[in-house]
Amino acid sequence: MSNKEILRMLEKDAKLTHEQIATMTGTSTTDVSQIIKQAEEDRVIVKYKTLINWNKVGNEHVWALVEVKITPQREVGFDAIAERIYKFDEARTVYLMSGTYDLAVVVEGRTMQEIAEFVTRKLAPIEGVTGTVSHFVLRRYKEDGEIFDTKEEGKRQAVIL
Amino acid sequence: MTTIRPVNTVGSTALSQRVNSIAPSGIRKFFDLLASMDDVISLGVGEPDYTTPWSIREAAIYSLERGRTMYTSNLGMPELRKELSRHLERCYGLHYDPNNELLITVGVSEALDLAMRATINPGDQVIMGAPCYVAYPASVQLSSGEPVIVPTTEKNLFEISPSDIEAAITPRSKAILSGYPANPTGAVLPREKMLQIADVARRHNLLVISDEIYARLVYGIEHTCFASLPGMQERTILMGGFSKAYAMTGWRIGYAAGPREIIAAMTKIHQYTIMCAPTMAQAAALEALRTGDNNVEEMVANYNHRRQMFVSGLRQIGFSCFEPKGAFYAFPNISTTGMSSEIFAEKLLSEEKVAVVPGTAFGECGEGYVRCCYATSISELEESLVRIKRFVSKHT
Ligand SMILES: Cc1ncc(COP(=O)(O)O)c(C=O)c1O
Repeated sequence: MSNKEILRMLEKDAKLTHEQIATMTGTSTTDVSQIIKQAEEDRVIVKYKTLINWNKVGNEHVWALVEVKITPQREVGFDAIAERIYKFDEARTVYLMSGTYDLAVVVEGRTMQEIAEFVTRKLAPIEGVTGTVSHFVLRRYKEDGEIFDTKEEGKRQAVIL
Repeated sequence: MTTIRPVNTVGSTALSQRVNSIAPSGIRKFFDLLASMDDVISLGVGEPDYTTPWSIREAAIYSLERGRTMYTSNLGMPELRKELSRHLERCYGLHYDPNNELLITVGVSEALDLAMRATINPGDQVIMGAPCYVAYPASVQLSSGEPVIVPTTEKNLFEISPSDIEAAITPRSKAILSGYPANPTGAVLPREKMLQIADVARRHNLLVISDEIYARLVYGIEHTCFASLPGMQERTILMGGFSKAYAMTGWRIGYAAGPREIIAAMTKIHQYTIMCAPTMAQAAALEALRTGDNNVEEMVANYNHRRQMFVSGLRQIGFSCFEPKGAFYAFPNISTTGMSSEIFAEKLLSEEKVAVVPGTAFGECGEGYVRCCYATSISELEESLVRIKRFVSKHT
């Protein structure tokens, strides 16, 4: 059993207990706890979170993917502007991209208005930001490898010899 | 609704001796009970709990969209045979000519039947270990051959013993039927033992029919292909499949690889009884060979987690449970409960709604064991362990 195997298991299912991981990998619970504790301390494990299908509890969430073009700055390149942006709570995901724009920012808000305000009042005016293009998310089908509404219905025979 | 039967039914007198020679399954009662119940946790299955990876399904859909709905060559699509040939080369360093040494079949099920029909004369004996897959003895009997059972034991890790095979040899012995990784025990035959069996086969000029459908599902041990042992390719019919590794049980697709004379003979039967394996399933199999490796690896890693968790759970309950190194079955020894396998399975089902298969379904020497398939969710496995534990403490 390797540390990576434990990390992969937790990445799929953060609710697995240390005991479960231990029996599933043939390790002792003490060893598993030790490895996980270390990974938490090193921020290899950053956080345990839950993937929620907000569509099912009323549409109180809106997301937009915002393409951001920026002028890189001497010495700090893209990082300083990226940091200014990712420190906003509204920016849920921030990536530096290759291609026709520089930063991809996923912005989350309760309404489209809220997102528009954030982009126009906070994001676009940042020094070094030369342009933004906002794409509102119409539907989330799949996130982090999980399909929200699966239509699969595989059913097995109860006994096959 | 009443069904009206014709007065003069031919009934059972119409049946052939051949089909009558096959004993009816002894666990009918068990199936009937199961069919009448809801909310059962079934560890009685024999297939993955995954659906076929999407890239494979998508390739089959595309093939249908393109109108590929016709028969293929009897042997199977040339591209598929070529890809399979490359696959066997990559996995085992074996060279099979895609033009005449490979046959695409309707699962290992068909390949097994063809292998027997193409090689067995009435009265020929086929030696096999047991407990074993239910179709092994039946396939021999349907070819009017005689299955010769060599029992294997938990103590010997359910590995068939080369000396037991040798002791079972008679002038009528024709072939050894090997099935490792094994259903129902999960045993994997170590290379050393296989070399000894190969030696027996060579010295007694026996054919080896090797069902390696679980080849990809091994844990912490490498699978050795029988045909890859020195001098064995020329006397081995290798049967492999897609059902288990790629979660493709419903597609009905597999293959046989062997010496060209035997493949030609099997193809003759296949041509008259099947024509060709389903065309869309062949398209799916081709995609599986081309891009399915990552999916297989991920599924194997997950089976391995469940295997370790389930086997350790069974042992904690107090069962002696042999460590299965392959397939997706655990085969615990339940004899300490004082119940027979069938009684155990029946009572566990009716009292705790957990379905397992009595070991006796796989041969008399399966008495004292039950087969549990751990290809089901961790939460179901955990719940089944709770129920089995409760059941055992109530009865001992
Ligand atoms: C040992 C063994 N061989 C063959 C088969 C049948 O395989 P296929 O689906 O390729 O016909 C099974 C299915 O349970 C099996 O367990």
